[in-house]
Amino acid sequence: MSKIEVKNLNFFYGDFQALTGISLEIRDQHITALIGPSGCGKSTFLRCLNRMNDTISGTRLEGKILLDDQDIYDEDTDVVDLRRRVGMVFQRPNPFPKSIYDNVAFGPRILGLHKEESLDEVVERSLRGAALWNEVKDNLAQDALGLSLGEQQRLCIARTIATEPEVILMDEPCSALDPIATLEIEELMQSLKSSYNIVIVTHSMQQAARVSDWTGFFWLGEMVEFGATEKIFTNPDKEKTESYITGRFG
Amino acid sequence: MNPPDKTQRNWSTFFIEALIRLLGFSSIGFVLLIFLFLLQEGIPAFFQVPLGNLLSELWYPTFDLYGILPLLLGSLLITLTAILIAVPLSVGTAVLVREAAPPWVREVLKPMIEALAGIPSVVLGFLGMTLVAPIVQKLGAPTGLTAFTGALILAYMSMPTIISVAEDALDTVPKSYRDAGLSMGATKWQTIWRVVVPAARSGIVTAVMLGLGRAIGETMAVMMVTGNAARMPLSLDSLFRPARTMTATIAAEMGEVAHGSIHYHMLFGIGLILFTLTFIINLIAASTIFKKRKKGGLR
Repeated sequence: MSKIEVKNLNFFYGDFQALTGISLEIRDQHITALIGPSGCGKSTFLRCLNRMNDTISGTRLEGKILLDDQDIYDEDTDVVDLRRRVGMVFQRPNPFPKSIYDNVAFGPRILGLHKEESLDEVVERSLRGAALWNEVKDNLAQDALGLSLGEQQRLCIARTIATEPEVILMDEPCSALDPIATLEIEELMQSLKSSYNIVIVTHSMQQAARVSDWTGFFWLGEMVEFGATEKIFTNPDKEKTESYITGRFG
Repeated sequence: MNPPDKTQRNWSTFFIEALIRLLGFSSIGFVLLIFLFLLQEGIPAFFQVPLGNLLSELWYPTFDLYGILPLLLGSLLITLTAILIAVPLSVGTAVLVREAAPPWVREVLKPMIEALAGIPSVVLGFLGMTLVAPIVQKLGAPTGLTAFTGALILAYMSMPTIISVAEDALDTVPKSYRDAGLSMGATKWQTIWRVVVPAARSGIVTAVMLGLGRAIGETMAVMMVTGNAARMPLSLDSLFRPARTMTATIAAEMGEVAHGSIHYHMLFGIGLILFTLTFIINLIAASTIFKKRKKGGLR
């Protein structure tokens, strides 16, 4: 069953058209990877899914994005509520300059979620979920900026899952990390997959092949091909996809 | 025309460098000389006046009573009240200008706020006497010239500095923090108050310290509106009674004091205390900036 359905999406930065005619379905409890060279529009597409592009002035969007059959660009959509349902992890780890505890507790505090579960429990559950609990459980009051980049990124994931979103968008979450930290994030994604719907934008084709169930290949603002990851990487329909994944360009 | 030969070039370089060095060192030298003069004229006071007299509650130089407490407390009361009034207003304005106002409003507001800093303090004192003092009196004070009136004027004077520096601090908060807040489902205001303002905290503290430094050293405006009665501001209603600051005391009495007398040295002694206070404030401001730098800045 599809969680998100994108229908004929066009996106503009001023006069520049960044996305052209994108249509795809993103399934629940799967990991969908979006690959393509720099500037192909995959990050822009990702930021359409939680309306983060709204914060950039002069942008315009045509087409429909349905989350559980509701158009998220509908006039009466509550953007704040949407972003609560669709969380995001950014390219550079961006924990707040606060303690580890306060970072994870940020979402529950502003949304008032800690009614039946105590805030301490939410923080522990989220940090365990992000495979960070054992490393930081004794230093929860420590400044988050003192963590390594890999730990910071897992903290950002913990912060995101603390509010239990339905979808997690990841915008090149490993591009600032070393290989070991990257592996840890990838393992984490596999364990999160059963509870969340994950969409990841990545530069690395190997990463897409390793972690995802579905892959979309973007090229110059269009989606060239979308399908099961195994098929895209072994037997793509389009010649352009094949040249890209075999490293002939891009 | 022939280019100047080498020795000529060397000479002119030498001359310009020497001139720049002279100018640079002379400004340091002047500050040092002023400080030494202040020390030389002020230190004797603390030896000539017994400690019990110094720490008494009476400032009556004509009777050789040199209690500095009413002046010190007067300054602190007025300055702290001014800061308590100025900080919420200034931070609020800075947030409005930086975060909420559309760009064209910001373009108009920011230079206007900075122009406020250029209003001569005597003009503000005049406004305080004719406009603010009657209002304070109507509120129930026995006279309009009170510590509170002075605090209002000082708050007004320190606001441009605080707003301007705090606004710059907000500006340096990276977009990634805002993105993180918004993507968590925080509203714009939750993002501002819980993410952006806390992240700019050290810059805002610096702004407040600079404002505090400006307020505590201000003389003319406070002298005109505070009533200048050297009484101990200890009762609850002191804020709405006349008070006197250290700066006003120096300004009012220096003109008629006998050169070299105890009173003369005492006024310089007050100047030293004032200098120490502002020095400490600036030190705190500088240390927050330094701490921020050491942590690798706000990115």
